[in-house]
Amino acid sequence: MKNKRVFDTKVQYLKYKVLREVAREAWDDTLLEDLLDIPKKIVSGKTPTMRCCVYKERAIIAERVKIAMGGDKENPNVIEVIDIACDECPAAGYEVTDSCRGCLAHRCEDVCPRGAISFDHNHVAHIDKSKCVECGRCSKVCPYSAITNRVRPCQNACKIKAISINEDGGAAIDNEKCISCGACVYQCPFGAITDKSFILDVIDMIKKNSRDKKSKLYAVVAPSISSQFTYAKLGQVVSGLKTLGFHAVVEAALGADMVAYSESKELVEKGFLTSSCCPAFVSYVKSAFPELTEHISHNPSPMAAIAKYIKDIEPSAKVVFIGPCTAKKAEAQLKEVKAYVDSVLTFEELQALFDSRDLDITQLEEEALDNASYFGRIFARSGGLSDAVAEAIKEQGIEDFDLKPCSCDGIEECRTALMKKKRGVLNENFIEGMACNGGCIGGAGCLTHGEKNKAQVDAYGREALEKTITDAISVLKM
Amino acid sequence: MIIQICVGSSCHLKGSENMIELLKQAIATHDLENEITLAGSFCAGRCNRVGVTVTVDDEVYTGVTPEGFSEFFQKAVMSRIGK
Repeated sequence: MKNKRVFDTKVQYLKYKVLREVAREAWDDTLLEDLLDIPKKIVSGKTPTMRCCVYKERAIIAERVKIAMGGDKENPNVIEVIDIACDECPAAGYEVTDSCRGCLAHRCEDVCPRGAISFDHNHVAHIDKSKCVECGRCSKVCPYSAITNRVRPCQNACKIKAISINEDGGAAIDNEKCISCGACVYQCPFGAITDKSFILDVIDMIKKNSRDKKSKLYAVVAPSISSQFTYAKLGQVVSGLKTLGFHAVVEAALGADMVAYSESKELVEKGFLTSSCCPAFVSYVKSAFPELTEHISHNPSPMAAIAKYIKDIEPSAKVVFIGPCTAKKAEAQLKEVKAYVDSVLTFEELQALFDSRDLDITQLEEEALDNASYFGRIFARSGGLSDAVAEAIKEQGIEDFDLKPCSCDGIEECRTALMKKKRGVLNENFIEGMACNGGCIGGAGCLTHGEKNKAQVDAYGREALEKTITDAISVLKM
Repeated sequence: MIIQICVGSSCHLKGSENMIELLKQAIATHDLENEITLAGSFCAGRCNRVGVTVTVDDEVYTGVTPEGFSEFFQKAVMSRIGK
């Protein structure tokens, strides 16, 4: 089946199969009857392909079905651990492997700042765990690469250290720290951490509107869509959304144009600002640097801005945001956003939705998608927001403000910049915070994370009819 | 009277922006600022091959172009207002 190649990993493909099945049953109104049969449908036969036996495989699929249906209602986090799917990966930290040849140089010993390395009678190195501080220098200097760092992929992915190991040896997420960026979701090789899906809410909205025609459904698509669904044309994705039952498709990038325009004004007025587009970054500032909260831009995110605009025009409308982001699912639940955004889907979930209707979008006519400017569209990649703010300052003829942006690509760079600001040593006056590496195109809900994604976003930006932010938002100022 | 200009993708590409300008001018020329509210809309669901979709109160007019604008304005707006 061609969909296997639509995704980066087999974990995504498995997640997709569950979502597709759940969605199919939901369209047919048979979900409740057939709920218990889904695991057997996905894991058929007697030969296990993923775990020790088919029974465990099915038990895990049953958990995935629950998450596809909205997950644990008691847990406020949109990111959840499937306990039985966690393989409890070894996490021993720095270890000397068999490759140690017992050499004479002992670079590892010399470089260790804590004297944690000793040698046995075969001259083989050993690390004293009570002294080791995991600095990794020994690993770097060993000419045989004999020292490895055994870290759990989830903990390694979570750069803000929100994942720990619980008493049963499984992964545990600290909800106070977690920013729902989804890095662990994408990185866990067993697919044991996953984002809750609201695909059923979307199906409900579509069905309801097709019956009573009371509330038209708007799909607000993130600009990173230009690097996704590459097996089809973007215009066919737009067509596909309409075929599914969406009334219209609107670019979140137009919201980005609106945000760039007003955020630049706010920046000039206040003199220093951190961006508010990336919900994971905003949540990180609030939880890890509460003293910097006052500097977060008061502008809504592009998603919230465009959704508000749609609902101002048409209060009965329903808005579904479709993007690469798991943190948007959390943002949509915030009290200040809730009223505007009714649900959030990832690109993974949209693929499942298309296929649950056996909709081959490559066979559809292309439809137009053009609301935003080049600058709104390049928000999808790191550095785009800063470029847009610079452009908005220029377009408004503000000359006495010297923009010095600090584009943070990934949460680690965000931390460095925020740390500097906290200590009063940051030279820049605008922090563009993007939690995912590469910006939104690195989001956990993307189908693929390729080298070409940034170029595709830029190309999509250049195709925009409107070349300036002012032109793009002029249609909204009536 | 509320006039909604479609600013959805299809109409946008066919000149919504220009249509807004034309409407603003016409409203100013006829001194109708107090009687007409201009608003946008995302797709009236009546995408056309040419021109822009404009909704005047509940009446939907498709394919409005700069060439046909004065005729449209006379028929859809002026006669409704009774001028």
